[in-house]
Amino acid sequence: MLMPVLIPVLVLLVLALLFGLGLGWVSSRFRVESDPVVDQIDELLPQTQCAQCGYPGCRPYAQAIASGEADINQCPPGGEAGIRALADLLGREVKPLNPEYGEEKLRTVALIDEQACIGCTLCIQACPVDAIVGASKQMHTVIESECTGCDLCLPPCPVDCIEMIVPDQDYRDWRWPRPDNAETQTGMV
Amino acid sequence: MHSDPVKLTRGAGQHLHHYHGGLRLRHNKKISCLHPTVRPPLPELLVIPLHQHLGVPAEPVVSPGNLVLKGDLIGVEASSQHIPVHAPTSGRIEAIETRGMSQASGIPGCCVLLRPDGEDRWRTLQPVNDWRAVDSETLIQTIVATGIVGLGGSVFPTGKKTEIGKRAGIHTLILNGAECEPYISCDEMLMRERPAEIVLGAQILQKATGAESTVIAIEDQMGEVRRALEPAIKDTGSTDISLIRIKSIYPEGGERQLIQVLTGQEVPEGGYPADIGLICNNVATAAAVATAVTEGKPLLERYVTVTGNGIVEPRNFMALLGTPVSHLVAQCGGYTGDVARIVVGGPMMGYSLPSDQQPVVKASNCILVLTAQDLESPQPEMPCINCGECARVCPAQLLPQELHWQIKNAQWEDTESYHLSACIECGCCDLVCPSHIPLVEWFHFAKGEIREQSKQRSLADHARSRHLARDERLLRIKQDRLDRIARRKQALRDRAGQSRTIAEAIERSESKKAMKSPPEPDS
Amino acid sequence: MNLPILTAGGAPHMPPQFTIAGVMQLVLIALLPGIVAHLWFFGPGLIIQIVLAVVFALGFETMMLKLRKQPLRLFLGDYSAVVTAVLFALCIPPLAPWWIALIAMLFAIVVAKHLYGGLGSNVFNPAMVGYVVVLISFPQEMTQWLPTRGIAETVPGLADSLVAIFTGQLPAPLNWDAITQSTPLDTLKTGLDSGRMVSEVRSSPMFGDFVGLGWEWIANWYALGGLFLLYRRVIPWQVPVALIGSVLLISLPAFLMDPANNLSPLQHVFSGGLLLAAFFIATDPVSGCTSAWGRFWFGVGVAVITLVIRRWGGYPDGIAFGVLLMNMAAPLIDRYTRPRAYGQ
Repeated sequence: MLMPVLIPVLVLLVLALLFGLGLGWVSSRFRVESDPVVDQIDELLPQTQCAQCGYPGCRPYAQAIASGEADINQCPPGGEAGIRALADLLGREVKPLNPEYGEEKLRTVALIDEQACIGCTLCIQACPVDAIVGASKQMHTVIESECTGCDLCLPPCPVDCIEMIVPDQDYRDWRWPRPDNAETQTGMV
Repeated sequence: MHSDPVKLTRGAGQHLHHYHGGLRLRHNKKISCLHPTVRPPLPELLVIPLHQHLGVPAEPVVSPGNLVLKGDLIGVEASSQHIPVHAPTSGRIEAIETRGMSQASGIPGCCVLLRPDGEDRWRTLQPVNDWRAVDSETLIQTIVATGIVGLGGSVFPTGKKTEIGKRAGIHTLILNGAECEPYISCDEMLMRERPAEIVLGAQILQKATGAESTVIAIEDQMGEVRRALEPAIKDTGSTDISLIRIKSIYPEGGERQLIQVLTGQEVPEGGYPADIGLICNNVATAAAVATAVTEGKPLLERYVTVTGNGIVEPRNFMALLGTPVSHLVAQCGGYTGDVARIVVGGPMMGYSLPSDQQPVVKASNCILVLTAQDLESPQPEMPCINCGECARVCPAQLLPQELHWQIKNAQWEDTESYHLSACIECGCCDLVCPSHIPLVEWFHFAKGEIREQSKQRSLADHARSRHLARDERLLRIKQDRLDRIARRKQALRDRAGQSRTIAEAIERSESKKAMKSPPEPDS
Repeated sequence: MNLPILTAGGAPHMPPQFTIAGVMQLVLIALLPGIVAHLWFFGPGLIIQIVLAVVFALGFETMMLKLRKQPLRLFLGDYSAVVTAVLFALCIPPLAPWWIALIAMLFAIVVAKHLYGGLGSNVFNPAMVGYVVVLISFPQEMTQWLPTRGIAETVPGLADSLVAIFTGQLPAPLNWDAITQSTPLDTLKTGLDSGRMVSEVRSSPMFGDFVGLGWEWIANWYALGGLFLLYRRVIPWQVPVALIGSVLLISLPAFLMDPANNLSPLQHVFSGGLLLAAFFIATDPVSGCTSAWGRFWFGVGVAVITLVIRRWGGYPDGIAFGVLLMNMAAPLIDRYTRPRAYGQ
């Protein structure tokens, strides 16, 4: 009586066991050693270190995303494209940039009004990427190629002599426009 | 693949091969070949861009008000390549300012404005007396110093190319006279009118690169050219220069396609022809090398075709670099009625100019003036119907329709695996597309986008490493300070062994300190 | 000098040589010989079916374009809906009721074409989707073929055809059983299934040199139009060559081993819709393969499926199923037949 029931159950059990073993073997045999997810997230962040996301830099923000503490739409310099890349990596929904943390804008660089600078070194201490050179009581200047445009040097300046400017477009940076004039997904993907 | 591609490319031109795809196009070259080439009268003002070559722009070495002679140096590239720019005629430097440079972007750049004095006086020239007697190093130096770049349109510095070829130990020099784009006839006229210079240039380049033989490739329909070049080759008595006629199927004059036709081999992706034992130069470049070495004259002028339905009398000019396009057009009798576009280069790969006030530069092989009728399209853009014509004609054997989808959807990694970088932008796919999708424009766009992304990525990587370095430094400074304090305390403790009272005093102060929070050493 | 007003634009600075409408028009022109032959052998019913299908197709196309807010003139003028309609009309019995075309075009244009994204985005060949939907749903109406001229004493005239198509009634002396007949392939299949031999079945007067009298002539004229398209490079040669070649190669051994129960290779090629499909249907670029080898394997696949269905399947001809099944496989085939790029 029981046999017609038992046989299929047993067969299925054995099959399940076999497939399970097979899958287990395959997953251990072909394991892909992937980058820890924090590194992968950090890789996609623009590294401006601007702290607009509410974390003291890009890596802390990456850690916060990885731990689920922060959302993926808190990085204004990364913009839409950055959010899309993060969503892609983490398998999440793309969502618009959270305006609480700022707006996406053109990449700028800091320019010090060298006449007004009093040489207080406060901006040098604030710069996350050492893009400002100068010494105490000496004029400071920004190395344009190193500046990420994070704005962090603006608040500490006691004489407000730092301005964020959009660098001149060089004709060598010119790119062909998108033929259908649709929105372009620039940035890091 | 066979064992050694370098060996397989030996004997280039002995057997002709096919390349994938391509198109038979109407040549439209005859209209500009009716008159012999002339030098137009000196224009009132020459506008000489300082960036006419592949590389970084040259820096001016003259100032406004300076008087220069023909051939004087007016600018030189600051990089290791030292590509110079010379004064095309004698006169006064009027200004150094931002002007249109006849580049695809249309964005102006730094130009030297030269007002000719009308005397066209040369500076003292220093030709190489006997090119056969000098070593290749001297020849390469002369080529660099005379500012010669690839005149087929690539404007790759010829000195650098020659050096690459010499270092790679190439065996064959290919001179490209297969001017495959419709309308352009400047190379054809040059080969007809100055065959001896081309053959001499071939010999010099062959010696400079250390090549064993030279192949001059021309199109099969260039009868006049063959009749001019054959005796010129015979006159040299040299047996290692051969003239090969190849089928004119556009874009057979593209460097990679020409190599495939002549050798049956392909230049590896990301590599140079020198990797498979060859170097390819334009015939006009060879002629310029001959003039530079034997007469010491720098590159100041070039053959320019001015043609198209928008021109009254199309013809070829030997034009000074810096001559405004409008000046040449005027010499052709001006425009016909409804001019719609001015193109530098041919109709397949040229780029449009924002105005006719742009100068002739080293890359300007042709000024093509098109009418509205030439550009009229019978149908607006429609969706891709997957007909595969683009793939059939693609000389790089790509799948343009797939690339188009990937680019539209920003799947940049896929475009890489579909080898977008192998696209030579020849325009064949565009021309056969029944849906009239501007495929080449998409590929231009995508290449720029990918370049920008890799630039952004490297900027981000750079910023990251700077940030990490700074963090490390701050940490180190903090650690150093802590260490120093610890050492000082230790020293105090050591001394404390001498006197108990001192030790007690220290202990008292320690406990007091511990009650207050210790100050951050860093802030 | 007068300064011209210039337009900017990317290369090439020449208008493309072909248009979609131009390609579709060539396809229609190439169908003409086959249509004329069809009319000769089956009478004017086909004309009515073509008109019906085209009207319904354009109607649905207009409706969908409006709903999708696409430019009407541009997309109606591309002739793609007309080609779909004509190809469909060629596949159905000439006196099929009018609503057959309506339902088929509804599925072809609305479902198979526009719901998948319109021109260029359809996964399946619209004409074949329409055909298969009505073939499966209305087997009786779809198998009522007419005997060809030469077998029947007369073919129905235009008026009779109109009445038959729109009312389903036949004028006084005629009745459906008398004037309709199954297709030669259907007859062969039924015969073979009931244990008769090919030669026995073929002794019926409806068979000509290879297969159905008249049918083979229509197939010839389709092939002629197909050769014209090949000559004009409108269709890729790989599909018809692979399709016809595979049919010949695969059916040959079966025929040699057992000629009594298998059709000869030529009978296979000239029967049913095989030549029409080889040149006009399987060559549809949108739903087919793109790479040269992909197209080859696409043709082979259609041939294999068709032969399998003809031999063992429930339907006399399997070409429509072959095309639709291979449509599904097309992206995969393309993926594995990507050409090697220059310098790779």
